[in-house]
Amino acid sequence: MRIAVASGKGGTGKTTVSANLARVFGSQVQLLDCDVEEPNAHLFLNSDLISQDIATIPVPEVDEALCDGCGECGRFCEYHAIVSFGTKPLVFPEMCHWCGGCMLVCPQHAIREVDRRIGTVETLQAGNITLIQGRLDIGVVMAPPLIRQVKDRATDNLPIILDAPPGTSCPVISTIGGSDFVLLVTEPTPFGLHDLTLAVDMVRQLGIPFGVVVNRMGVGDDRVHAFCLSEGIPVLLEIPDDRQIAEAYSRGRLIVDALPQYRNLFERLRAKVTAMVHEVRGQLVAAKGGSR
Amino acid sequence: MKIAFTVSETDLDSPIDSRFGRAAKFLVYDLVTETFEVVDNQQNLNAAQGAGIQSAETVARLGAECLVTGHCGPKAFRVLNAAGVKVYTTEATTAAEALEQFRLGNLTPSTSADKDGHWA
Repeated sequence: MRIAVASGKGGTGKTTVSANLARVFGSQVQLLDCDVEEPNAHLFLNSDLISQDIATIPVPEVDEALCDGCGECGRFCEYHAIVSFGTKPLVFPEMCHWCGGCMLVCPQHAIREVDRRIGTVETLQAGNITLIQGRLDIGVVMAPPLIRQVKDRATDNLPIILDAPPGTSCPVISTIGGSDFVLLVTEPTPFGLHDLTLAVDMVRQLGIPFGVVVNRMGVGDDRVHAFCLSEGIPVLLEIPDDRQIAEAYSRGRLIVDALPQYRNLFERLRAKVTAMVHEVRGQLVAAKGGSR
Repeated sequence: MKIAFTVSETDLDSPIDSRFGRAAKFLVYDLVTETFEVVDNQQNLNAAQGAGIQSAETVARLGAECLVTGHCGPKAFRVLNAAGVKVYTTEATTAAEALEQFRLGNLTPSTSADKDGHWA
């Protein structure tokens, strides 16, 4: 089971929801921090580092002895990562989207791929939670390949909770793709609602079942709830705007550990999401005549 | 010899667009025939990244040997350099004024980019 936690707006509580949800699973669970530009789930978990590996992407390298300057590579590249003017090509590794196309079209076979470091993938253990996190190197701008490498580390034998970056662009799509369910975390403010509507559009286009978590209930207004009601979107959890929660957060503590009175909120969330995933799977099986 | 200017409109009185990669248009002036053409750069105006590289390719393919612009970043400069296009930066307000500076020899070729890249 793969549950992704996303949002349109940043700072709504994605990590709070995903880390607390992971904790109340009780049994072994994998938490994937896919916000590789600023992974922060580790701040809330007393974890031991199990492994740290360098993540790379393949980028082109030109053998100038073989290159005849035909320019096919540059004409092929959509991203201008390789440029040729009848001269030896210039390579801009930071623009490369690692498709390998330049290597395939080169008539002289003058291009090979070399590894370019983009960051690290770390595995940590904190009680029942195996935290897998990506850490993009400073100056590297493309998160999706590192996010994919973080996801590749997870095993399908244990539940997976994915903590997505904010927004609705490539890094988020890379994170939530392949999930069974998406939790969209928002806050009951006009800004929260605006970005929630973008996130809802995104998840609908991907065809993934989803529900909403409203954080900091008590601030703002009721327009997020009105929107969810009119769109038929289930609100699966409301987290109160409680100063104690902010204080626990500021000390790097999970709500379910620091404030036991709120533990049942996340246990109920877990039960609801698990039930919804099983319901959707049941429908899929029924739709396919029980063949799977 | 052809000279490319980054401009925002379609004639010689057009203001110089100080950006290179995301310039609105290129005005390519032919010093031999004393004529010019204007090429739109709209696709790069909205490019997420790589605008400088693509603009440099455009200018090189237009056959310009010199480029007069406001600023030039490192990737664009590398491509222009490889393509043999000399880069001149100017604070002139119009293409006509920049052309006059060029004719009078008041512009000196840049030896490096004058701006840092946006990404790295």
